[in-house]
Amino acid sequence: MSRSPRSPAPRAQIQTHRGGAPYWFLAPYLVLTTVFLLYPLLHAGVLAFYQTNGPRSRVFVGLDNFAFLLADPVFHKALKNTTIFALCSVFLQLPLSLGLALLLNSGNSKLKGFFRLVLFSPNLVGQIFVGILFGVLFTPRYGLINRFSQALIGWGLEEQWLGNPALVMPAIVITALWVWVGFNMIYFLAALQSVDKGLEEAASIDGANALAVFWYVTLPSMRHVVVFVVVTSIIGSYQLFELPLALLPQSNGSGPDNSGLTVIGYLYQVAFAGGDLGLGAAVGWTLAVIIFVISWLQIRVTGVAAE
Amino acid sequence: MNSMRWALLGMVALFFVLYACEPRRPRLALGYLKIVLLALASAGVLAPFVWLVAAAFKDKSVLNEYVFFPPLRLWSSATLNLNNFRELLAGKSSVQGTVYFWQYLLNSVFFASTSTVLQLFFCSLAGYAVAKYNFRGKAWLLSFMLGSLMIPGILLMPPIYELMVRLHLVDTYQGLILPGVVSAYGIFLFRQAMIAVPNEMIDAGRVDGCGEFWIYLRLVMPLVRPMSAAFCLISFLGSWNSFFAPNVFLQSQDKLTLPVVLNLYIAQYANEYGVFLAGTLIAIVPPAILFFALQREFISGLSTGAVKG
Repeated sequence: MSRSPRSPAPRAQIQTHRGGAPYWFLAPYLVLTTVFLLYPLLHAGVLAFYQTNGPRSRVFVGLDNFAFLLADPVFHKALKNTTIFALCSVFLQLPLSLGLALLLNSGNSKLKGFFRLVLFSPNLVGQIFVGILFGVLFTPRYGLINRFSQALIGWGLEEQWLGNPALVMPAIVITALWVWVGFNMIYFLAALQSVDKGLEEAASIDGANALAVFWYVTLPSMRHVVVFVVVTSIIGSYQLFELPLALLPQSNGSGPDNSGLTVIGYLYQVAFAGGDLGLGAAVGWTLAVIIFVISWLQIRVTGVAAE
Repeated sequence: MNSMRWALLGMVALFFVLYACEPRRPRLALGYLKIVLLALASAGVLAPFVWLVAAAFKDKSVLNEYVFFPPLRLWSSATLNLNNFRELLAGKSSVQGTVYFWQYLLNSVFFASTSTVLQLFFCSLAGYAVAKYNFRGKAWLLSFMLGSLMIPGILLMPPIYELMVRLHLVDTYQGLILPGVVSAYGIFLFRQAMIAVPNEMIDAGRVDGCGEFWIYLRLVMPLVRPMSAAFCLISFLGSWNSFFAPNVFLQSQDKLTLPVVLNLYIAQYANEYGVFLAGTLIAIVPPAILFFALQREFISGLSTGAVKG
């Protein structure tokens, strides 16, 4: 991932140990990571093989938790919903973010600052608050979104967005668009500003039209950021939980016919509402593996790591 | 609202008019198109905020009558008033006695600001150690940190919950704050910023007899102020808006934070949503103020990590 540090430049470092100073400075991190990351991580590995009833009683069940997940249609539904959401993030939200970044990149700077601020602002609002707000915006007949779609395309005034299984996922995707389009736009904008202008000019002097310049010059020179943004949005998408929880309060975030249930929503229900921390840990591991495989594939296929 | 369609049609028409004026190099037309698209996107983003403000102040009786605010000539205490806020701020009885909404606000402020201060200190300190010292196991430590960024936090929730039960930290703020005090993400952010601090300066500090910790605090920290500001905002927003952990760990009514309480209010006030919308409005004001104060640092801090890769 490109959030990573660059390989340490030797000249930027002081070659002596200076006693124990660096160790002392790192001690809080090391202690807290051991207690709250390493230990829980190992423990999650153990826990996944137990069935628990609350935090205090447990029975070893071997691979039963994973077998249960493999067979459970509710978990499959959750996985499917979350995957659809992740695909929408990548193929709907990111192109829109990139489009807005391109529009902003060439504007005059005062207006640019204003638009950037406005488009980014939904990110200040926590997912729970966004969910609460949009839950009301999707109200049949009176909700802002229902009224808006009626005025624009003559459809949707009476639509039960959050009560109709077919419309729950679209409602979540629309809400997520509102929140995150501006967030990824910031990354794309930063990347666009570091693209070599000379290269783009050379291409357009050579007769490439605007689209070709974008496709063959601009996009390839910002591929690191594109990969970074795609990977982080997939990781983020698979961790969707709070938005549907607040959007669909009657059903604890699962929606009619489990149409809004996400993987983490499922984890929350089995582990914290249902008390089976073992099954919860098994869901957590499954999710971790999915996220790891997708990020690894993504980085591998695009060959960014090799450079 | 059908004027909306006419307005859109007008905008499209104006584009073609401008395009017709100079069809060879349609600079004006394209510039116009850009502004219009950006303005429409911004309007789409702002509309829910405006609607939220309107809904929080509108009286119950006219809540659904107007899309946003009532027309100016109808502004009066019968249409716009503070009833929603009054209802929200009124004391409510619970197992812990009467609890007022400001208690939750206070809890959120306490939780978010304490976490922010602690995170700022410990992440920058560790970031300084990995930016400016060579020590045994450093390469190993850095790749461990990088790997830990990939672990979804949720995986750790069930075991951490069990741990908290055993440490008797459930339903305490210590239990909520402690696990997040130093994050690999924060350490990397500060490492990025501190690598750029010239070594000559640090050595000069040493020659003057400054201790290692004082060099960090007095020399290096002032130089990375923009990153500190960005980091403060990131971590404040993170704690202020965090829901999963507070929802799981906090149990007493008088300890809950705003996201947890407002999530409960959706069901409690299902029939008068003006009340929880007023609460939502109150909940998004503090981060907004902080953001406008620090927005320049924030946006540049956000994108440093990504672009240089």
